[in-house]
Amino acid sequence: MPFDVYLNVAVGGVLTGLVYGLMALGLSVIFGVMRVVNFAHGEMMTIAMYIAVTLFSAFHLDPLIMLVPIAAVLFAFGYVLQVRLINPFITRPDTSQFLLLVAVAIIIVNLLLIVFGPDARTVQASYAYDSFQLGPLIVDATKLYAGLAAIVVAIALFAFFQYSQIGIAIRACADNYTGALVVGLDVKHLYALTFGIGAACVGAAGVMMVLIVDVTPALGPAYTLLAFVIVITGGLGSMPGALVGGVLIGLTEAMAGLLFTPSAKSMFSFAVLVLVLLFRPQGIMGKRAA
Amino acid sequence: MIARLIEGVPRRALLLLGALLIVLIAAPLFASDYLLTVLILILYFAYIGQSWNIMMGFAGQLSLGHALYVGLGAYTAAALYVHFGIGPWFGLLVAVPVAALAGAFVGFLAFRFRVAGVYFAILTIALAEFARVGFDHLSWTGGSAGLFLPVAQFTHNDLWHLRGHPAMFYYILLAATVLALIFCRALLQSRVGYFWLAIREDEEAALSAGIDVFRYKMIAVVISAAMTSFAGVIYAFYYNNLFPEQVFHILRSIEIILGPIVGGIGTLFGPILGAVLLTGLAETLTAALNALGVDLPGAKQVFYGICLLLVIVALPDGVWPWLRKRIGLAERQK
Repeated sequence: MPFDVYLNVAVGGVLTGLVYGLMALGLSVIFGVMRVVNFAHGEMMTIAMYIAVTLFSAFHLDPLIMLVPIAAVLFAFGYVLQVRLINPFITRPDTSQFLLLVAVAIIIVNLLLIVFGPDARTVQASYAYDSFQLGPLIVDATKLYAGLAAIVVAIALFAFFQYSQIGIAIRACADNYTGALVVGLDVKHLYALTFGIGAACVGAAGVMMVLIVDVTPALGPAYTLLAFVIVITGGLGSMPGALVGGVLIGLTEAMAGLLFTPSAKSMFSFAVLVLVLLFRPQGIMGKRAA
Repeated sequence: MIARLIEGVPRRALLLLGALLIVLIAAPLFASDYLLTVLILILYFAYIGQSWNIMMGFAGQLSLGHALYVGLGAYTAAALYVHFGIGPWFGLLVAVPVAALAGAFVGFLAFRFRVAGVYFAILTIALAEFARVGFDHLSWTGGSAGLFLPVAQFTHNDLWHLRGHPAMFYYILLAATVLALIFCRALLQSRVGYFWLAIREDEEAALSAGIDVFRYKMIAVVISAAMTSFAGVIYAFYYNNLFPEQVFHILRSIEIILGPIVGGIGTLFGPILGAVLLTGLAETLTAALNALGVDLPGAKQVFYGICLLLVIVALPDGVWPWLRKRIGLAERQK
């Protein structure tokens, strides 16, 4: 195979990986602050995907235009979920938090199945078949837009946590729960905001993802797993780690699809996960041991 | 031995258990074909739930990948039967060690490298998914197109080759469930059982008390995997078809753990009660929806999800510990 084929596939993989990274960023933010493992993460992503697909087929609203509104809907969903359901579980053992979210995940997948049926839905954007040529490199417009949007959202998020008052307050909760309570922070509200932000991230990622793949209810569990693979690879709780892990897994999948068969690509991401768990359990960018 | 097993169990509980067993033994004589298939499902989940409970309920290790052992057992026995004509009982001699080895592999990877808690759960999911995709591409077992066991019109029940009427599978699973219950009771009263509970409650403390934590966690995962794979063998010969997308799917692993969680993690009767409640209610729901002429493919799973949610929120210890107190069967404190 000529070299530029590899290059093209690699670039496609990296761009998809950026969207994966944004999805995983949401999981990482939630875990980093609350130590809650969101097992319904991929399922929340499919909710956003179905909203985007429905808006597109009903009103021809382009997913990229609807990015912010859909992310806002997911934010509200995450906020309410945290306040109503998860908050009483903050002090419970992590396996019961995990099982609670497993229950939420099962309900979401199957409600989507009941409402939308098992068939794949897709968005045919006007630029679906456009591409940009850069020397030997041909880049799909959809993947490029999705990847760029993922970078923009990630930068906005970094800035939020670095510079805004609320972002700093949330980091304080993450660093020292008791300390945050002592200085008078409304931890419950900040936790709910965090879960909302995580949900908004995965919602934004979902909107970008409908440009790249068809959506079925079964994607939910698959993306949950993928998000776990990515954050553990990158370092659970590390924000740059989630992006790096996303790109790495996107690249691995693309290359495995090219060199072996696309249907076996997830085997290679799982292999990466197992290797990371064994040799660097804190992840590539993680600081502390798990 | 028997005296030791029933020590501390209220007489009323033993009588009820005996009555339940008699009802279950007699059930195929009265049950319709449909009811029999539901009972088979209940026993299947009760047995696997009991096997899973050894890992989670006794040793405190959350496995979300038990479909791996079901699938390995099912595929090994079915492939031996299809390719070499080796019957299920001899196949068992290969299938169970294969699953036990897989369990040992999972345990070794996880426990040697200190992968614990939620990380352990994710590792077990990943390995089951790995097997699913792997079997999808393994042409020897039919790949994603599935593996089929030859089905003949059964004129008589062939216990040796497990070809026959569902009632035969019912009795096999009933025997397995009863034996698993007795075995788990014996385990809990043994040294190993006490070590497991110590590890579950506080691993650090167990370690400093001189318990070889690695070794006893390994024993838990190997026993659990081996027991689970037996159900896989029965699954293969009962349904006669195997698809990687079905047997190794994450939803299968979740179905396995629902019964014990709803019934009560770490209790002996919890997995059985959970299987009865969930399968019974879910089948009732499906039947009711069918009667109304509604065909909703996800309805049963939504129901499972809501049950799981309610139990975790309202009865975190499960239904059985709660029910046991209500009907006055709480085990006497020694």
